[in-house]
Order: sequence, then structure tokens, then C-alpha cells
Amino acid sequence: MLVATSVSSSAIVLVGTVFLACAVEMVEALTIVVAVGHTRGWRSAVEGTVVALAALSALVGAFGPALVHVPLTTLRLIVGGVLLIFGMQWLRKAILRSSGLKAKHDEDAIYEATVAQLRASGVERGRDQKAFVLAFKGVFLEGLEVVVAVLTLGTSAHRLGLAIVVAAIAIVVVGVVGAIVAKQLSNVPENAMKMTVGILIVSFGTFWTGEGLKVHWPGSDAALLVFVALYGLVTWMLVTFIRRGESARSVLAS
Amino acid sequence: MSKYVTAPLRLLKGFGRFWWDFLVGDTPELFLAALVIIGVTALLSDVGHFNAAAVVLLPLMAVSALALSLALARRSSRKE
Repeated sequence: MLVATSVSSSAIVLVGTVFLACAVEMVEALTIVVAVGHTRGWRSAVEGTVVALAALSALVGAFGPALVHVPLTTLRLIVGGVLLIFGMQWLRKAILRSSGLKAKHDEDAIYEATVAQLRASGVERGRDQKAFVLAFKGVFLEGLEVVVAVLTLGTSAHRLGLAIVVAAIAIVVVGVVGAIVAKQLSNVPENAMKMTVGILIVSFGTFWTGEGLKVHWPGSDAALLVFVALYGLVTWMLVTFIRRGESARSVLAS
Repeated sequence: MSKYVTAPLRLLKGFGRFWWDFLVGDTPELFLAALVIIGVTALLSDVGHFNAAAVVLLPLMAVSALALSLALARRSSRKE
């Protein structure tokens, strides 16, 4: 019973992490694709997106089965280390944005910049190469982080299939919602999502680094939930602390 | 150099650059911190058999690294 509960809790955390990570990156990529589609027509935008998604799927197909053959302890140590760094980077950025020390990711500004870039270059006859490349780059570069997250999280948990399915669902859901709301992607609470993903990835990173180094976590997989709670609390404390410090500084300066 | 040699070289360089940007990027302190975390935990758990200490120290070191990196970012934003 306890094993079933802990297994399902780690699966839930895995599903949540992969879904949110994919959704966040997909929102960023979709902003560029929508800008390309509205400015230069949807044909090249869709073609660029489809080719990028095919390239990303090929990467998962090439590296996924290879990673499965790496001994689990070694894999978890490497993956744990990578996720620890990756998660701390995401969390740091989200905390800085949330506390006002760093400008928030502005989808409207990215949209306008992409439109301006496309308008500056002349319209091409036939296949619009510039629009294709921009859509491809937007999806491929944002998607690379998702590929790393899906491969590392999926293989370490021995649930690569589940991770891929969840990633595909996230891409479809955000794609459909994005197609409906089109230019309103700036309303997506991206920083809150990024912060949540950061907390989840650092939790996985801590857990698997320990597993890879033969640390025996009390409660086994359930320790993941403790890490999520711990890093969530620490994040809240750090945001509050920095915000208070910055507002006190601005009062002193005025 | 023929294009058959430069193409794989460029690919390798791009691959290396991706991982450098991905792991080190503009936060080398977090990369170094992760190495220290792994080293200390390995000493405690694998070599020293101090499991309880590793259980407590691993997340504590991660929290400290995050706080340190944020303090550095805050200091550099004040200088600007």
C-alpha cells in the first residue's frame, strides 16, 4: 500500500514537471510562431514548426533508447546533477523576476520584436524562407530544453514512455489554446509556472543525485514530496526577503 | 579543410556550446555548487557511510547555493 502510494506520488510529480516544463517552453515558442503566422502567412510558420517538432522527436528517438542502457545508478547521478543545476537556474530566474530584480518575460514585447524583424525584411515569393527559419528556430531552441527534461526525467524514473506522452499532450494543449487565444499569450502566468517547474526539477535533482550516490532517503520516493514542500517554502521566503529588501532600499533612496 | 571534415567539427562545437550554455551559462556559481554538492555527498554517503548527514546536507547545500547565487545577482544589480 505504502509502495503503491509512493510510486504514484513520484509519477504525479513527474507528470506535473514534464507537463509544466513543456507548457512554459511551448508558450515561448508559440509566441514566435503566431507572430510569424500573422505577419507572413501560416504556411511557412506551420512548416517551420512541424520540421522543428520532427527534429526534436528524432533527438528523443535517438538518445532515449541509448540512455536506457546506461546503468541506473550512474544515470541517476548524472541526471541528478544536471537537473540540480538546471532547476536552480530556473528557480533563480523566477525568484529574481518575481521579486522585481529582473524584468519579467514579456510575450507582447517578443511578439512585437518578431513582427518588426519580419516586416523589415521584404516579402519573398514562393516559400517564405525567413518565416520558415524563424518559426523553426523558435520551436527548436525552446524545445531543446524540453527534450533534455523529458529524456532525463523519463529515463531516470524508468517512465520514458509516460514522459513522452505527457510532453506530447502539453504541446497539443498549449497549441490548441494558443491557436484560440492567439495574441493573448502574455496573459499566461509564465513566471509562476516557471517557478513551479524550477521547484519540481530541483526536487528531482536532489532526489536522484542522492540515489546515484547511494543515499537512502527516508520514505523512499515519498521524499520527493518533502523536497517539493521544502523548496517551495524556501522560494517563498527568498522572494519575500528580496522584495522587502528592495522596497526598503527604494524608501531609503527616495 | 574539406566540408566533410568541417561539418562534423561544427556539429561537435555546437553540441559542446549547447551543454556549456545549458550547464554553466551566466551562473557558473551554480555549476560549481553542484560539483561541491556531489563531492560532499559522495564523501558522506559512499565513502563515509554517514547517510543521515547526507540526507540533511544535500538539500541544505542546494538551498545555500541558490541563496548565494541570488545574493550575487542582487549585488550586481545594485552596481548597475
